[in-house]
This record gives sequence, structure tokens and C-alpha cells, in this order.
Amino acid sequence: MEVIKIENLVKQYPMGGQKFTALKNINLNFEKGEFCGFIGPSGSGKTTLLNIIGSLDMPSEGSATVLDRKIEKLSHIEAARLRRKHMGFIFQTYNLLPVYTVFENVEFPLLIMKMSAEQRKRKVQDALEWVGLTDKAEARPAQLSGGQSQRVAIARAIVKQPELVLADEPTANLDAENSYNILETMVKLNRELSTTFLFATHDEKVIGYLKRKVYLVDGQVAKDEIVKLKEGTEAQRHKEK
Amino acid sequence: MMAFLLKGLARDRSRSLFPVLMVSAGAFLTVFLYSWMYGAMGDLVSSNARFDTGHVKIMTRAYEELADQIPNDLALLGIDRLLEQLRKQEAGMIWAPRIRFGGLLDIPDEQGQTRAQGPIMGLGVDLFGPLSREVETLNLQHALVRGRLPKQENEVLISDEFAERLGVNIGETATLLGSTMNGSMAMYNFTVAGTVRFGVAAMDRGTIIADIRGVQYALDMQDGAGEIVGYTENMLYADEAMLKLAEKFNNNFSRLDDEFSPIMVSLSQQNGLAEYLGLADKVGGIIVGIFILAMSIVLWNSGLMNSLRRYGEIGVRLAMGEPRGSVYRWMIFESIIIGIVGSILGTLLGLAIAYYLQFTGIDVGNFLQKSTVLISNVIRARVTGWSYIIGFIPGLVASVAGTMFAGIGVYRRQTSQLFKELEV
Ligand SMILES: Nc1ncnc2c1ncn2[C@@H]1O[C@H](COP(=O)(O)OP(=O)(O)OP(=O)(O)O)[C@@H](O)[C@H]1O
Ligand SMILES: [Mg+2]
Repeated sequence: MEVIKIENLVKQYPMGGQKFTALKNINLNFEKGEFCGFIGPSGSGKTTLLNIIGSLDMPSEGSATVLDRKIEKLSHIEAARLRRKHMGFIFQTYNLLPVYTVFENVEFPLLIMKMSAEQRKRKVQDALEWVGLTDKAEARPAQLSGGQSQRVAIARAIVKQPELVLADEPTANLDAENSYNILETMVKLNRELSTTFLFATHDEKVIGYLKRKVYLVDGQVAKDEIVKLKEGTEAQRHKEK
Repeated sequence: MMAFLLKGLARDRSRSLFPVLMVSAGAFLTVFLYSWMYGAMGDLVSSNARFDTGHVKIMTRAYEELADQIPNDLALLGIDRLLEQLRKQEAGMIWAPRIRFGGLLDIPDEQGQTRAQGPIMGLGVDLFGPLSREVETLNLQHALVRGRLPKQENEVLISDEFAERLGVNIGETATLLGSTMNGSMAMYNFTVAGTVRFGVAAMDRGTIIADIRGVQYALDMQDGAGEIVGYTENMLYADEAMLKLAEKFNNNFSRLDDEFSPIMVSLSQQNGLAEYLGLADKVGGIIVGIFILAMSIVLWNSGLMNSLRRYGEIGVRLAMGEPRGSVYRWMIFESIIIGIVGSILGTLLGLAIAYYLQFTGIDVGNFLQKSTVLISNVIRARVTGWSYIIGFIPGLVASVAGTMFAGIGVYRRQTSQLFKELEV
């Protein structure tokens, strides 16, 4: 099943009267359950592409179809609904809400979905269990380590069990140990719930886990590589380190 | 959701407590300043009216032209008839004849030699007439420091400070040296009945107040008076009504070709008080305007900073699929809560202090020592209906407007941009 279909996508930014082309004629398809990353040097357009797929930004030309909806045709309300129901975001800088507890941060997307309190409680507990933070439910973000914060962000992204999780440099602020923990969590989710994961990254640790690598150079797809991995390979590699 | 967001608001002091304090401060200053200024303006008008201009004043046309020189040679004559007419035709007003005069007050010793001497401003008013309300109008009973009010035509009240300086005691003789209506030398012996202090610097320097009959006699002004002042029954000045009254009177009595015919002018037409009254009318507006502006800038700025600081939060909420309208409405709602709470607190504090100052006042006498402005030394605040509302203009309207403006960023920017701005 096709989750994302990108056709002749172009993204331009106005730059002092002229236009700067950040993405040039991108064509890509993604299936359900992919664990894929956009890889490339800084400024190559990774975030831009991820944002368009996440309906946080609009294409200038061409089309991006996500879960059967054409991003370029969506109104703000429709885009919000798409994100609310089907997408989870993980950011490089965690972006947790500091005044709320871990539990409340994870609960927030469910509140936006107007889920009942009972359901919310169960789902938040499940999500915290996945990321191994059940004991930190009442802590505030300021009391967490970077790795723990990012795990909360993951819990928040996956608590509603979205079809699609978009993660922009999720390990950039983490050390190796934490990076692996988080990646293991995401691999597990990908395997058990068939959640589709899309990364933007230039972190070798992340790249090692990817099942598909899309290389971007200057806003163009330079290489699209499917990695055939044997079962358990990531775990082994982790243990070797 | 609502409960959740309110919880966040309550926990984040930089979003709740500090903005509330800021709004309170703004509302407080506005309420307090407005009430106090209003009190000061009111005092200036009422002091002027009581001691000098009346609500309307009748003079001869010639006197009116040279009014600051107090040209008693141009005074009104036949005032008894005029007064009688006025009291009949304009029964709703209180009418009183007055003579202002200048001169020297000479305090003789037992041998009749000058013991002390000083320049005075004199005011002859109807102290005993059955229809006279002058004692009340000038607040003489209250102003009395020593002695009593005059009971006879040749008794005077002297500024307490002046009496002290000259070393005059109650019951002693004080000789007025001045000029009569015809320009010859006037000399008249008064007896000091009491001393007064009005709490108006310009009136307390060297004023004597005597009954108008005594003054008429002293200055050879039988049946004459420099001025006739009129007051509304409730002593509240109403400019439009007074202007109309003056116009009506002038149409009936005033003749352009006769410089000794009477002319009536309203308070606002004297001493440059028109500009002042216009100002007094607008002053509330001006103060509020300035404050709205200042507070708007401050609160707008703080709203902007707050929102900028929160672009991350807003970005996250949008990314999670909360519609923009909901985020924007929440921001406004939040600022309305803060505006209301802050305005109420600030207004309460402002009112409390304004009420307090309505009783005690602030003594600005030190600044008025040399001034000739007729305004009380102790200026009291005056709480009006507006005092209750005015704080909400900057506190609520401006702060919410500021947030609305800052919140436009939520709409104008691509959601992805909100994150970038946070990261920079
Ligand atoms: N709002 C914008 N206005 C103008 N130019 C932009 C804007 N956003 C991105 N760009 C440009 O588009 C290009 C791609 O940016 P993008 O953020 O997608 O890069 P990236 O691959 O994510 O880089 P990094 O690895 O540093 O995060 C860059 O050259 C950037 O300068
Ligand atoms: Mg990027």
C-alpha cells in the first residue's frame, strides 16, 4: 500500500527578489511500514521535504500525496486534521511543553483529538511503557536528560498510533548510547505496529538503522537505496559497539 | 482541553503572574492619575469660580477690557436695581456683588504712627445681606483661623499669614490706604475681626475681606461694584448653560455704544480659562490616550515577546494538528483573562488610593508659593464613574489588541517557519 507519492515536487523560497530552489523535481514513493531516511549535507533540502510531507509547508510546484490527500490542495483545517489523525512529529529540539508533566505532554495530542479521559490514560501509559519512562510520568521536562526528553517526544509522536512518523534529526542532541536506545524503540514500533518512519538525518548511527536511504544533494535525489538487512542485524551492530 | 490549557497558564508564571502584574500596574496608574488629575482640574475650576470669576461675571464693558487692572473707576453703578432684576429674571442663579481693590494696609501703634505696613488685595463682598450666600461660597467659616467673622461694616478678615507677618491682633485697627473710585486718596479704618486661611496660596499671601458696604464707603463707590458674580444653585459649572445665559443677558442689557453698559462673561471667557476648560474636558481623554498608547506599546511588546517565546509551543500544537483558529483563539482568550484579572486588580488598587487621596489629598503648596493660580494647596483626587472603567482601556483593550496583533504571526507564517524562528 502506498502511503506517500511525490511527483515532480519543486519548492522555492523567495530570496531578495529572486527565488531560491530548495527542492528540484523530486519523485518518490513510500510504502506502508517503511523505515526510511533522507540523507544529505546541510542545506540539501531534507527538512524542507519532510515539512512538505508533514503538511507543515506547501509545495511550489508538483504534487505530494500523503495518505490519499494532496498536500497542495489542503486547506489549513484539512491539513490540521491530517496531522491530528495520522501523523506524529519528532523534532531535533524535542519541543516538549515545559509547564506540563511527561504524562501531560504525551496526552496533549489525544486532547486535541478529543479523546475521552479514560482512553487517554490508557494510551499514554502504553506509550510511556514503549519508551520505558513509566516511572517519569509525573516529572517535568526540565527534570529529564536529553535522551529521556527525546523518548518523551517519541511517546508523544506515537501515542495516537499514527500511520506516519516524521523525525527531523531526532538524535542530533543525543550521545551514542541514547541514540541507539531511541532507534531501537523506533525499530520496535515500526516492526510491531507497521508505522511508517521517515527521517531527515546525517547521523551515521541513524543511517545504520535505515532500511531505505534517499540521498539528497542540492535539492535533488542523488541516490535511492534499499538496504537488505538480515533479521536482528541492527541489534547485533549495537552490541558490537 | 480547556482545563488542560488553564492548568498550563496557571503553572507558567511568565505567562500568568507577570503579565497580570504588568497589566495591573498599567490599570492602576491610569485610574490613579485620571482621578487625581480630575480632582486637580475640578479644584482649579471651582477655586477660580469661588474667588474670582464666578460661573458668570457682570462688569461694565470698559472694566471688562482692563479687568486685570481692577479699574474701579469703571465700576458698575446702580447695582441694587440690577441685582434686583437679576434675582427676578435669573432666579435659578445666586448673584453677588463684589469689589476688588488693591492698596496698602497700615497698622498704627498707639500714637497713630505706622507700626507695620504691607500691600494687600482686597475683596469686598456682601457678608450680611439676607440674600447673600457669600460666607458659604467663599467657605469663610471653614477658612477662619482666629477671631470671628465680621459683624459690622468696618470689620475685616485678614490672611492669617499676612496678619502674622504684620503682627496684627484681633480687635486692632488696620488702616486701608487706597484710591477712591474717582482716583483720589482713600483712607479707611477697619477693625480686624479675624484671620483666614483658604489653603489657596494665591489667596493666602495678603488678602483682606470686608463687607461690601464698608468697601463702598471707603472707596466712595455708593451703589457701585466692580463685578457681580453669579453661581448656579448646585455650584457646579456648566459651560454651555453659562455661555447661553451670558448671551441672553448681553442681548438685553449690553450696548456696544455704551462702555458703561454691563456685559456678562462666563467663567470660560475669563483668565484664559476657556483653553483650560477645553483641556480639562479633554484631559481625561489625553491621559487615557497617552496611557493607552504607552501601555499598548508595553503590552503589545510583551505580548509579542510572549508569543515569540511561544512560537515553539504554538508550532508543536499546530504540528500535532490543532487548528490555527483554535490556537489563536486560545491566545486571545488567555490575554482576555489576564487583561480582566489585571485590570480589576489595578483598578481596585487605583480606586483605593484615589479614594484615600479624595480625603487626604496631596499637599503641593510648596510648588505654589509664588503662584497666582487659584488652586488649593492640597489637591484631592476625585473618583468619578470613569475611574471605575478607565483602567480597563489599557488593561484589557490594549493588551488584548497587542496579543491579537502578535498572534497574526500564527496565521501569516507557514507552520514550519514557527519552528525555525524558535531555533534562531
Ligand atoms: N524559509 C526559507 N526561506 C528561504 N530559504 C530557505 C527557507 N527554508 C529553507 N531554506 C533554504 O532551503 C535549503 C534547504 O533547507 P533545509 O532546511 O531543507 O536543509 P536541510 O537539508 O534540512 O539542512 P540541515 O541538515 O542543515 O538541517 C537551504 O539552502 C535553506 O537555506
Ligand atoms: Mg534540517
